Amino acid sequence: MTSLAAKPGISLSRIAIYAVLILAVLLYLVPLVVMLLTSFKTPEDISTGNLLSWPTVVSGIGWVKAWGTVDGYFWNSIKITVPAVLISTAIGALNGYVLSMWRFRGSQLFFGLLLFGCFLPFQTVLLPASFTLGKMGLASTTTGLVFVHVVYGLAFTTLFFRNYYISIPDALVKAARLDGAGFFTIFRRIILPMSTPIIMVCLIWQFTQIWNDFLFGVVFSSGDSQPITVALNNLVNTSTGAKEYNVDMAAAMIAGLPTLLVYVVAGKYFVRGLTAGAVKG
Amino acid sequence: MSSVAVFSKASPFDALQRWLPKLVLAPSMFIVLVGFYGYILWTFVLSFTTSTFLPNYTWAGLAQYARLFDNDRWWVASKNLALFGGMFIGITLVIGVLLAVFLDQRIRREGFIRTIYLYPMALSMIVTGTAWKWLLNPGMGLDKLLRDWGWEGFRLDWLIDPDRVVYCLVIAAVWQASGFIMAMFLAGLRGVDQSIIRAAQIDGASMPRIYWKVVLPSLRPVFFSAVMILAHIAIKSFDLVAAMTAGGPGYSSDLPAMFMYSFTFSRGQMGMGSASAILMLGAILAIIVPYLYSELRTKRHD
Repeated sequence: MTSLAAKPGISLSRIAIYAVLILAVLLYLVPLVVMLLTSFKTPEDISTGNLLSWPTVVSGIGWVKAWGTVDGYFWNSIKITVPAVLISTAIGALNGYVLSMWRFRGSQLFFGLLLFGCFLPFQTVLLPASFTLGKMGLASTTTGLVFVHVVYGLAFTTLFFRNYYISIPDALVKAARLDGAGFFTIFRRIILPMSTPIIMVCLIWQFTQIWNDFLFGVVFSSGDSQPITVALNNLVNTSTGAKEYNVDMAAAMIAGLPTLLVYVVAGKYFVRGLTAGAVKG
Repeated sequence: MSSVAVFSKASPFDALQRWLPKLVLAPSMFIVLVGFYGYILWTFVLSFTTSTFLPNYTWAGLAQYARLFDNDRWWVASKNLALFGGMFIGITLVIGVLLAVFLDQRIRREGFIRTIYLYPMALSMIVTGTAWKWLLNPGMGLDKLLRDWGWEGFRLDWLIDPDRVVYCLVIAAVWQASGFIMAMFLAGLRGVDQSIIRAAQIDGASMPRIYWKVVLPSLRPVFFSAVMILAHIAIKSFDLVAAMTAGGPGYSSDLPAMFMYSFTFSRGQMGMGSASAILMLGAILAIIVPYLYSELRTKRHD
């Protein structure tokens, strides 16, 4: 944490730096504040006041209406996200374990092929994937979305674990092997207990990705099986009736809260995942 | 590689142990080969067929690509991508670097400030788009706010202005991604060798000059990664357009990802949609292949 500043005294330039940083804090917060304020206003309040005016009456009607519209989709998102996160993380851990400690001829090539998946524009697989889901009878189901998220999440989850395990000394595993420990015993007894940080990173990364997904949701689901992001988009972009901005904003908050909460609680792992996933990937 | 085999007699257990890693990896290998590469190939094939609402495999040669290039909307989407991508990458980098450098000056409450800068990255682009659509609402959003605050002549109606709507996308995307770029550069700055800076200070160089001439040039790899990530986000941008403008007014804010979606899934133009997807893949490859190449080359030198 050493800094480049000469001495942290009070000088004009330091005041300027703080001013810029604080101004930026305010600017970054504006959208969130506006969303919250609007969500607690009544429609009349919205039309008479402005974005940052305080609600004349704090009203929960926007939240009640929003929840009444999106609650089913919120549960869909949970039904999709939880299994998809757990399965893709588990497979990623095993893949990473093999790719770092049980390499075989061709495993490196496979890793290279997999890495490309981190960059894959999903538009190039949407049609075949939807044909396949249709053939499997999983079109427009939450199970189908779990499946798709697991498949296209593998690149990142494997990358996380592989890069983490590659730094564990070989000697540890070799010694265990000589003692007769097998593939799964070593994984369970030695590798898994030291994996907590990377498991956290991976869980949080996958949770954010899958919860926030829109593309797969809008292509592979319809009606009752849609995730919250699709429901939110439908709500906000329907042109029937008068626009209820308080409901829109409350629904946006509902869609955003789970990932925001995770970010507040486990921000450290979130940032680590972003940089590991992004820089290496 | 498996040295165990040398020491132990080959029992069924050992044989199983030797095959286990391959067995464990096999499903993923299958998924990657089929679900990644097989599907890309499939889409590639579809882009050479006359497929419309349903896939068919009547050979059409390059007809779909020709139609794509004759399609005004595709050109609008491509030009928008260049404009959106260029501005998004440029502005995000400038803001990210600036905030990182400022935050690196022994700032009180640095952790708190960082948390605020980065939180938009946790949100879905749909949530971001919804929020900014409201903020940029002509007549009710910032437009009205600044007039209420006394700036009488203020007008902000970019969201319904076909010539300026792309800027709305840029604003929202910069808001979402700049904190992340800040975090990347801050991590990079923390790794810079302090002795170089002290030496420059002793030589009498001013801090802005030291940053400009010494520190930032040493962060070239971070710049590369950042540009690549941002370009990648720009090319894939779909959710933001869907939530904020749905490509409108008209199709003035269309991006290739949006184009691909609407032609493939709403308009029953599977062949042309596939062709546009393949061109998107080409754009991504054009960015990552040089990047991966330089990454691998430097790794080898280490």
